[in-house]
Amino acid sequence: MTSLPPAPTPKQLGLVIDLDVCVGCHACVVSCKEWNTGGYGAALSDQDPYGPNVSGAWLNRVHSYEVVPDGGEIVGESGEARIVHFPKSCLHCEDAPCVTVCPTGASYKRADDGIVLVDESMCIGCGLCAWACPYGAREMDLAAGVMKKCTLCIDRIHNETIEEVDRVPSCVRTCPANARHFGDLADPGSDVSRMVAERGGMDLMPEQGTRPVNKYLPPRARRPLAASAPGIPLAEETDGAKGFFAWLDGMLDRI
Amino acid sequence: MKSHARVELSKPVSDEVRKTTCYMCACRCGIDVHLKDGKIRYIEGNRDHPVNRGVLCAKGSAGIMQHYAPARLKAPMLRTGPRGSGEFKEISWDEALGLATRWMGEVRERDPKKLAFFTGRDQSQSLTGFWAQQYGTPNYAAHGGFCSVNMAAAGITTIGGAFWEFGAPDWERTKLFVLFGVAEDHDSNPIKIGISKLKQRGARFVSVNPVRTGYSAVADNWIGIRPGTDGLLILALVHELLKARRIDVDYLARYSNAAWLVIDAPGTADHGLFARDGEGRPLVFETVTEQAVPTGSRGARAALSGRFTLPDGRSAVPSFQLLAEEYLDPKYAPEAVASKTGVDAATIRGLAAEIGRVAFDEAIEIYEPWTDVNGERHQSFVGRPVSFHAMRGISAHSNGFQTARALHMLQVLIGAVDCPGGFRFEPPYPKPLEAHPRPHGKAEHFGSNQPLSGPHLGFPLGPEDLLVDEEGRPARIDKAFSWEAPISAHGLMHMVIANAHAGDPYPIDLLFLYMANMAWNSSMNTGGVIRMLEDKDEETGEYRIPRIIYSDAYSSEMVAYADLVLPDTTYLERHDCISLLDRPISEPDAVNDAIRWPVVEPDRDVRAFQSVLIDLGGRLKLPGFVDHRGTPLYEDYADYIVRHERRPGIGPLAGFRGLAGDRVGRGAVNRDQLRRYIENGSFFSAHIPAEAQFFKHANAAYQDFAVRMGFFDKLQPVTFQLYSEVLQKFRLSAEGLREPVAPEIHRSRILSAFTPLPAWYQPLEEAALDEEAFPYHAITQRPMAMYHSWGSMNAWLRQIHTKNPLYVPGAICDAHGLKDGDWIWVISHHGRIKVEIAHSDAVNSRTMWTWNAIGKRGGAWALDPKSPEAEKGFLMNHLIHELLPPKGDGMRWSNSDPVTGQAAWYDLRVRIEKAEPGETSEPHFSDMAGLRRGEEVPAELRYGQEWSK
Repeated sequence: MTSLPPAPTPKQLGLVIDLDVCVGCHACVVSCKEWNTGGYGAALSDQDPYGPNVSGAWLNRVHSYEVVPDGGEIVGESGEARIVHFPKSCLHCEDAPCVTVCPTGASYKRADDGIVLVDESMCIGCGLCAWACPYGAREMDLAAGVMKKCTLCIDRIHNETIEEVDRVPSCVRTCPANARHFGDLADPGSDVSRMVAERGGMDLMPEQGTRPVNKYLPPRARRPLAASAPGIPLAEETDGAKGFFAWLDGMLDRI
Repeated sequence: MKSHARVELSKPVSDEVRKTTCYMCACRCGIDVHLKDGKIRYIEGNRDHPVNRGVLCAKGSAGIMQHYAPARLKAPMLRTGPRGSGEFKEISWDEALGLATRWMGEVRERDPKKLAFFTGRDQSQSLTGFWAQQYGTPNYAAHGGFCSVNMAAAGITTIGGAFWEFGAPDWERTKLFVLFGVAEDHDSNPIKIGISKLKQRGARFVSVNPVRTGYSAVADNWIGIRPGTDGLLILALVHELLKARRIDVDYLARYSNAAWLVIDAPGTADHGLFARDGEGRPLVFETVTEQAVPTGSRGARAALSGRFTLPDGRSAVPSFQLLAEEYLDPKYAPEAVASKTGVDAATIRGLAAEIGRVAFDEAIEIYEPWTDVNGERHQSFVGRPVSFHAMRGISAHSNGFQTARALHMLQVLIGAVDCPGGFRFEPPYPKPLEAHPRPHGKAEHFGSNQPLSGPHLGFPLGPEDLLVDEEGRPARIDKAFSWEAPISAHGLMHMVIANAHAGDPYPIDLLFLYMANMAWNSSMNTGGVIRMLEDKDEETGEYRIPRIIYSDAYSSEMVAYADLVLPDTTYLERHDCISLLDRPISEPDAVNDAIRWPVVEPDRDVRAFQSVLIDLGGRLKLPGFVDHRGTPLYEDYADYIVRHERRPGIGPLAGFRGLAGDRVGRGAVNRDQLRRYIENGSFFSAHIPAEAQFFKHANAAYQDFAVRMGFFDKLQPVTFQLYSEVLQKFRLSAEGLREPVAPEIHRSRILSAFTPLPAWYQPLEEAALDEEAFPYHAITQRPMAMYHSWGSMNAWLRQIHTKNPLYVPGAICDAHGLKDGDWIWVISHHGRIKVEIAHSDAVNSRTMWTWNAIGKRGGAWALDPKSPEAEKGFLMNHLIHELLPPKGDGMRWSNSDPVTGQAAWYDLRVRIEKAEPGETSEPHFSDMAGLRRGEEVPAELRYGQEWSK
């Protein structure tokens, strides 16, 4: 049993993920793997990398769901389902069950910036934290026998050897669709907090009571095209397009 | 509680950053390669780079795994077992190059057309084409014929430039963006950046695509159209816009051939051609003086409708009159096309209404004075902020050329080409059709030990430019530029092996391929192609295609079919240039080019293919590669990039030219050029002046800039060709009215496809089959996280897509009692495959689809033959024949667009039957055991573990 720091932490660093623009390209997934396999803690190993049972440790994955939203639009022969690409990594919860369940104190939440981290030197690989996390956001590294999870690229975001503009998590820096944003969600004036306020940013599974720091921005409302159909002025029908050519002559006179 | 180990927050990332250009797909982003202890620590996007501006996709980040992949070839190899066995012995480069020189030299002397040189994912076509021309074979092309030549040919024919990666929506200003078909395959990061920008700005994004994945998933409106009917939908939009008078008459009159007079003389050789004056200038009817005058005459007020008498007494009408009459026809009304397209009339009308509203009611204006090529001064650029993009989705149909033309026509009608908020050209485009070369390859163009008299590829301006003999027979092995595929501007790589095997039009001696997986995912009828590569002449016991030389960096399926393998480097070990002479990476506001350089040294006995080609050019003593004494001109590709001049002062790279490196575009050779590029992040960018940024087709400042840069030597303004005289010339030949007349057998095909105004016709496979017997469409797309076969052996990327189910719409599942995980037979007119399915409702209800090229053949790519890619992964290719079903005229026509020869991958029609569950998809091919890399393939990867201490 490990204790959490007093909540809320003065800073709550986290991600805001915009589901309205995520195209599911997996750029964030691979960039995360690439940064972190050579970064904080043990490498992110891959088992049977060229064989039938390939698997590996990843800190961020994109799940794609087919959903039929309320009022799902059917256009002609199209289906009504929508595909939602849903990137998921540790949400750095305020009330993180993965921390309180840890028998050794390896899992902890940093008191200053709220990042949930694993001290691999203390981790015995028991896997209790992965069971406790309702989001499935932790993955065991089978080669190292320690638990791996998103660190918000802790070795980037405070790293004074790289340019300031690059001191963001690797997934945020690489996202081609600008669907991932990083900042302090404890500061109501931060860009990420404003984005959450404006777009109705949501907690993932709030009923779990974990109070996640990361937020998801829902897809924007969509207007059906058919609703615009009355907007096209219908000119009179004339034989041999005579009316059209008369109009055309009028237009040419005005040029 | 124990205290936690101190986290090292400011650990230096790497020892060194080397900036180069990505090659994990055709997007060509700038990358920062971080090196630590001589190994690659991290690859990230280059923030300064004009293509990706710092971002990088999944493929780009997985470059580490591509670079260190166990599938990398290690040394030149000579085949020892039968083709397909994968049995080789390693040989030295001296031996390999000696052998290649002997084989190639013999053919060059005896009959150079017997060498066919085709390249796949080649980004050095400016070099490979030049080499092939100096070698002297007429048989060269890259892979555009099975990729997206319809887009290129239709775009250049119509507006002087294409979507592809040669133009882009004005992402900053567009208010309505309409994307047709799958387009995730080219220009991918710019499109992702752009879609996100416009959505965050509140602009509307409409996707017309049978499948709602990828970009379509975030579209504001998804139109799940039936495959192959996009052209009909576009023409219905045109119908509505004409009816609603939502067209830009001023723009049409200024920039298109709307006013050009079309001769109306049925039954004569000139019918449907433009009336011209003695100097060949098209005529328009001037309404004040009431006479025909040459286009461009100052102050002329040209008629867009009416019927006029030409000085020679013949009758003529402005081409726009024909256009308006055609598309105002009620056959294009939304109600009339709804059932064929699978899109309801209200949606079509709604899209037309939005296009019209945004183009005209939300027009934008940039106050920047400019002068047009006729000398008229304008105070601003007027923008119609509606933009379109399309790529493989509409291209890979047998009606794709005309569909792409229809889309360009729509853009011109609303005045949205190269204006603020519309589609914008990227230099060196636009360029008129006439400024492109004519194809070369007729008998009089080549001969023993001499170069081809001109470039292989180009645009015929009429049947007189075809590469055919007196009897109309094709001159090229792929039958490009023949009556079968007259405007095949990129060749027909997908027909080469079948034609060579059949000896039609003639057999070849040596097939020379680069980076093209023709024995697997890059061929239609894969099983058939494998048999053709393995087939032997019964009398001689020799292979029907006697010799195959292949260069690839990885042990792809094609490697096993080569006789001699020339191992290429990875993209991080080589020099390359992303050249304006080739496939540029310019942006609408800037001219860009770039290089690659060896940021790590090869640790194997491999050589960059381009350097090998230059070496072979020297050994074969090809002009352009040796001096008058026969001494090789270039040490390697890097040397060629710097010192080769295509025209005086024009070389592969536009930046840092001149002795001091201060010249742009044109300038003397600068031996320090590559160093300057590397210092600049491995790219070069020249901004287009503000007054030259729009209406480039008619903008005097842009035209001057283009000449200064060396894109062309004199002004080349473009008049948009809504009505195509080139297509009408083919039509007249097919009617027997104009010389050269088309051979009888080709006439009906030409008449149905070569309409001078964009038209829609039913895809040819569909038209040839009983719809009830093959009621469904089946299509493929490339996943965003992978680039064909290249990515699916990548240790990280293959964890994202390890196998490819067939996604079957709910309606079809219900009709056949299918659920997720069931197995079915998918049957086409040509073959059957057995595959596992997944249920999906995010798809057109008559269309099934899968990810392309996940399926692998056992033994290839250093994957275990028991891998899901080889066991359950599958290719749709087995269902697609390179020929259409027989139709009783004695010909088996190519399964291609009749205009361009573009491979019609997406025309496939199928039926399905429920199957017993299986362990492997079918057909299942034997393992290529000789290619296996058992002992060299790690059981576990812990990349970067040494840095975790």
